[in-house]
Amino acid sequence: MTIAVKPTQTGEPLFYLADEHPHPEGWSTPLGFWIYLMSDCLIFAILFATFGVLGGNYAAGPAPKDLFDLPLVAVNTSMLLLSSITYGFAMLTMQQNRVGATQAWLAITGLFGLAFIGIELSEFAHMIHEGATPQRSAFLSSFFTLVGTHGLHVTCGLIWLVTLMTQVWRFGLIEANRRRLMCLSMFWHFLDVVWIGVFTFVYLMGMLR
Amino acid sequence: MKTEAHTSHAADHHHDAHAHGSLSTYMLGFVLSVVLTAIPFWLVMGGALPSKHVTALVIMAFAVVQIVVHMIYFLHMNAKAEDGWSMMAMIFTIVMVVIALSGSLWVMNHLNSNMMPVHQMSGMK
Amino acid sequence: MSTNPDLIKLVFGRLSLESLPLHEPIVVGTFGVVALGGLTLLAGLTYFRLWGYLWREWFTTVDHKRIGIMYMILGIVMLLRGFADALMMRLQQAIAFGGSDGYLNAHHYDQVFTAHGVIMIFFVAMPFVTGLMNYVVPLQIGARDVSFPFLNNFSFWMTVGGAVLVMMSLFIGEFARTGWLAYPPLSNIGYSPDVGVDYYIWALQVAGVGTTLSGINLICTIVKLRAPGMSMMKMPVFTWTSLCTNVLIVASFPVLTVVLALLSLDRYIGTNFFTSDFGGSPMMYVNLIWIWGHPEVYILVLPAFGIFSEVTSTFSGKRLFGYTSMVYATVVITILSYLVWLHHFFTMGSGASVNSFFGITTMIISIPTGAKMFNWLFTMYRGRIRFELPMMWTIAFMLTFVIGGMTGVLLAVPPADFVLHNSLFLIAHFHNVIIGGVVFGVFAGIGYWFPKAFGFKLDPFWGKLSFWFWVTGFYLAFMPLYVLGLMGVTRRLRVFDDPSLQIWFVVAAIGAGLVFLGILCMLMQFAVSILRREALKDVTGDPWDARTLEWATSSPPPDYNFAFTPVVHDNDAWWDMKRRGYKRPLTGFRPIHMPSNTGTGIILAGLSTAMAFGLIWYIWWLAAVSFIALLAVAIGHTFNYHRDYDIPADHVVRTEEARTQLLAGAKS
Repeated sequence: MTIAVKPTQTGEPLFYLADEHPHPEGWSTPLGFWIYLMSDCLIFAILFATFGVLGGNYAAGPAPKDLFDLPLVAVNTSMLLLSSITYGFAMLTMQQNRVGATQAWLAITGLFGLAFIGIELSEFAHMIHEGATPQRSAFLSSFFTLVGTHGLHVTCGLIWLVTLMTQVWRFGLIEANRRRLMCLSMFWHFLDVVWIGVFTFVYLMGMLR
Repeated sequence: MKTEAHTSHAADHHHDAHAHGSLSTYMLGFVLSVVLTAIPFWLVMGGALPSKHVTALVIMAFAVVQIVVHMIYFLHMNAKAEDGWSMMAMIFTIVMVVIALSGSLWVMNHLNSNMMPVHQMSGMK
Repeated sequence: MSTNPDLIKLVFGRLSLESLPLHEPIVVGTFGVVALGGLTLLAGLTYFRLWGYLWREWFTTVDHKRIGIMYMILGIVMLLRGFADALMMRLQQAIAFGGSDGYLNAHHYDQVFTAHGVIMIFFVAMPFVTGLMNYVVPLQIGARDVSFPFLNNFSFWMTVGGAVLVMMSLFIGEFARTGWLAYPPLSNIGYSPDVGVDYYIWALQVAGVGTTLSGINLICTIVKLRAPGMSMMKMPVFTWTSLCTNVLIVASFPVLTVVLALLSLDRYIGTNFFTSDFGGSPMMYVNLIWIWGHPEVYILVLPAFGIFSEVTSTFSGKRLFGYTSMVYATVVITILSYLVWLHHFFTMGSGASVNSFFGITTMIISIPTGAKMFNWLFTMYRGRIRFELPMMWTIAFMLTFVIGGMTGVLLAVPPADFVLHNSLFLIAHFHNVIIGGVVFGVFAGIGYWFPKAFGFKLDPFWGKLSFWFWVTGFYLAFMPLYVLGLMGVTRRLRVFDDPSLQIWFVVAAIGAGLVFLGILCMLMQFAVSILRREALKDVTGDPWDARTLEWATSSPPPDYNFAFTPVVHDNDAWWDMKRRGYKRPLTGFRPIHMPSNTGTGIILAGLSTAMAFGLIWYIWWLAAVSFIALLAVAIGHTFNYHRDYDIPADHVVRTEEARTQLLAGAKS
């Protein structure tokens, strides 16, 4: 059991940092938030798996072809995509320290998000009105749950956005607020990625069935 | 707070967690996403391809490409962020997602074909 | 009462006086004892004016060491409850022969076996494992706390919230009668219309949030806060296994969350995921919950493997044999644990190809586990082994776990599983690996790190007594179940017709009684050790002549863990420091930046528990009010930007000076 002794220049091995700096605030936050997003990703994966397994069980009820309105889905997709790029602009103006412009882009992002939620809710209301309720078949149960969970995430994102706008308004673009805006940015773009899966697997492939 | 310690520390570690994009990369990502979204919608709504099977495969391919585009241009993923831990976490997650998704479909599909359920699993791939 | 029934329903939901199980004398008796004990405790705390102290120093703490200790206390308390259930089952099965109905009716018995499983996994094994990781990992990697200290406090209280809900179900309403995984259609609203399954769902959801967040927290801690010089391949093995466990937590608990959410949608709004009508598939529930369930058992056992690695190498006085292979074996187990879930339902009917795939992956997983076993053996080989208690638990583990592992490989063969599925053979198998692996591991860990946490060793006499009761009790309790399982006895039965089986159940009941004595001796061990703490005192901070960084600091460690962040050169960092003449720094102390305590975590968890209670009993106003309050407190918390403080340098100087004097006193 020999241990290689590697002395420092002075001959003594260095066993502790005499002159150390604490990790900066938020040192772990980006990674931590990313790992949270990964766990969220698994939530969606299981919902997709459920939809994949049960999505063909119409129980003699309505099928995707009877329900889905692709032009409306396309409009909704564009709302989310536009909100993604406007959030990007908010991040760019944040880097340039332009508080007003950042707030404006955040507000626009929020409006697009709101439009997305509004369209989704009206789509749901329409389907329920037609009798295609979540209780009607396993297909509809898994459809409403998958799409609804995504919508719920967007709603949480909106609440978070308003909170952050208030904080930027009160405290400015301080380091902590920049970090929070960056986390929300990851969250928001992540939801857009999930939506790619939703419109492809649920809506487009549903229409192909 | 403690900005001094912060700046010196950040300089020490080159800790720029997630590289920030520029206007051009955001715009490039956006244009690519629009194209990659529009084509699958057009394929399905216009019925451009004769076979449904082929259409399904093509739109799935588009979805995968678009997810990668979003990862690179919007989420600024790269192999260096967080010393590669972000990328590692993502790859691990993708493996888990693939296992859970394909495993469930495989297992349940076999179960349904073996056990002859009352409802049939039409449209399963 | 002649008030408007609608109003009563609005205020109390499903809750009424009939919900109290007054017709069950056993439950009423238990309630009496618990209430008396609880009142005595509360009165004592008030009399000695401890509430302020507890609130300031413990409930609101963000110190990973204190949170770790609180997890262990939660685990011990819940172990008593879970074990009481076990004793009741053993007694029932030992006497319910020859036309006797035993002493438990079916309604009660079914709750007992469900509660036993749920409590032992979620509220005993998980808190023990999380508690040890919380306490040890930051110390082993030379960090001052975890990455997100507030989140750590919140996670702990969410786990407590879940435990509180399970305990509540004993006295208000009932618990699930479905078995510990609550398979539909039995757990659907049609067959379980009462609150039992709702208690189950919400207890696990509340605790699950805590577990997932603490998983994220510990991954970040290990990745971001390691001391300089500690590369991945210089991390102690316990830290490695903790990392893998937390990766598994983050990768699997979301699955549980979704499955339970879908089940609650079925129950609350009538969707058709797991029903047998309208295209739903109960099998999908079984499939999904085991995607979580199998990784879960590795979540529990991997940290135990880490503990055994530390203990073996310390008490053999040798570097761990095959460190690299140990790390790779852990990583391989992590991945493989995600590829075997179907072996829990071979009999569901997925067919030969699916079954053979999962059978083979299951058998493969025994290879890295076997490699670990040999590594421990070779570490002991020609070592100067000291048979202290942690080492004794380790050896008991090695013998027991190998038996459990081999019966596991038997069960992994699909045709054999068709015979043994759902039998007592399975019960014997998983108790063999969970008690032999996780529980023995946790006890080894408690014995090993107790002097670090409190500054004195545990009393060896009562410890050894407890050890022998536990080990013999375990074998007596579970070996008969293997026999019964091979004879075809299925699990969860309440009464038996065949009198020839009775002798085996009686032996098993005696075994459970011995384990009970083991638990009593363990409690005695804690009490005696506290009374004899001066005699058992350790001032060096390194009572076992150990090898990793946690032993470099004092026992108990100061709030800031290390006055100076250590620099690591070897994977037995502290051993290396001792070997090469490390001298403790005596001057040059600086202020240390630390997170401040906060009461937000306990408040949020309390509100979550209240919301869950409202949802369980259909008290919608309570659920809504708590949800809004939850949101408000959470958002309000983000407006607090000043979450840390500096420990002044002279405080550090005083603390370190006190330690210097203690060390000098020990030498003279």
